[in-house]
Amino acid sequence: MPVRVGVVTFPGSLDDRDAARAVRVAGGEAVSLWHADPALHDVDAVILPGGFSYGDYLRCGAIARFSPVMESIVAAARDGLPVLGICNGFQVLCEAHLLPGALIRNDSRKFVCRDQVLRVESVDTRWTSTYRSGQEIVIPIKNGEGGYVADKRTLDELERNGRVVVRYAAGNPNGSYRNIAGISNEAGNVVGLMPHPEHAVEALTGPGTDGLGFFLSLIGAEVAA
Amino acid sequence: MARVVVDVVLKPEILDPQGQAIVGALGRLGINGVTDVRQGKHFELEVDDQVDDATVAQLADTLLANPVIENFTIRRS
Repeated sequence: MPVRVGVVTFPGSLDDRDAARAVRVAGGEAVSLWHADPALHDVDAVILPGGFSYGDYLRCGAIARFSPVMESIVAAARDGLPVLGICNGFQVLCEAHLLPGALIRNDSRKFVCRDQVLRVESVDTRWTSTYRSGQEIVIPIKNGEGGYVADKRTLDELERNGRVVVRYAAGNPNGSYRNIAGISNEAGNVVGLMPHPEHAVEALTGPGTDGLGFFLSLIGAEVAA
Repeated sequence: MARVVVDVVLKPEILDPQGQAIVGALGRLGINGVTDVRQGKHFELEVDDQVDDATVAQLADTLLANPVIENFTIRRS
């Protein structure tokens, strides 16, 4: 039985199909989830993909966060369902308060689109268990509002409890506090990151295959259970 | 019916790159003496009489503003 990974499409989502493809490359079954449908269709995990849901109107992810599917995902995530938020998906997770902090406009005022070196830190999440802590990986980033901010108390707590999942190495593209590129919740089932691992799963279409681990961690772990 | 105005501004400790871009543009207009600009959002709501202040505050706090990074004020006209 292949692992079923739901990929949500909001109005304006862009990278849902690439996320679905990454799931398939990793050996899973991608299940399309429509934003207006509250049913999760027996998926084992959910991905909130990148893009510009609702045109980034009001704030990135601020409207998508109130979708019927998100009500179900928030409840399921609190019960342990693995959820991966990529870029706009990370923004949705922060707006929905499944993750702390917020994403603001890049300090450089530029939309940055480049291959970025990241350092994997926490491998205690459902999405990073196949990496080594300290491993450097190359993952494409493309964002204009990717600056991660949070108050000092939250930042210290994230660091202290090993909830920083990936950090920008070799340059901070957007002013994220403490070079944080991705974080997890306390339980480690919800992960949000600005870079796009789904764009680094095949040598033909990416800088390499360093992103595949995010999907293998989830799918491989499920298979082993 | 009443009109309610909600103004949302980034918290002072949050970097405002748009405001900085505006300061740069002011310089090019030849206007001196404006040392800082912060850009916010202005919402005008038409509300029925039964929509009370607590409801507007909740609306502002959950949708119009992100309390992690923004402050808001509410004004009834």
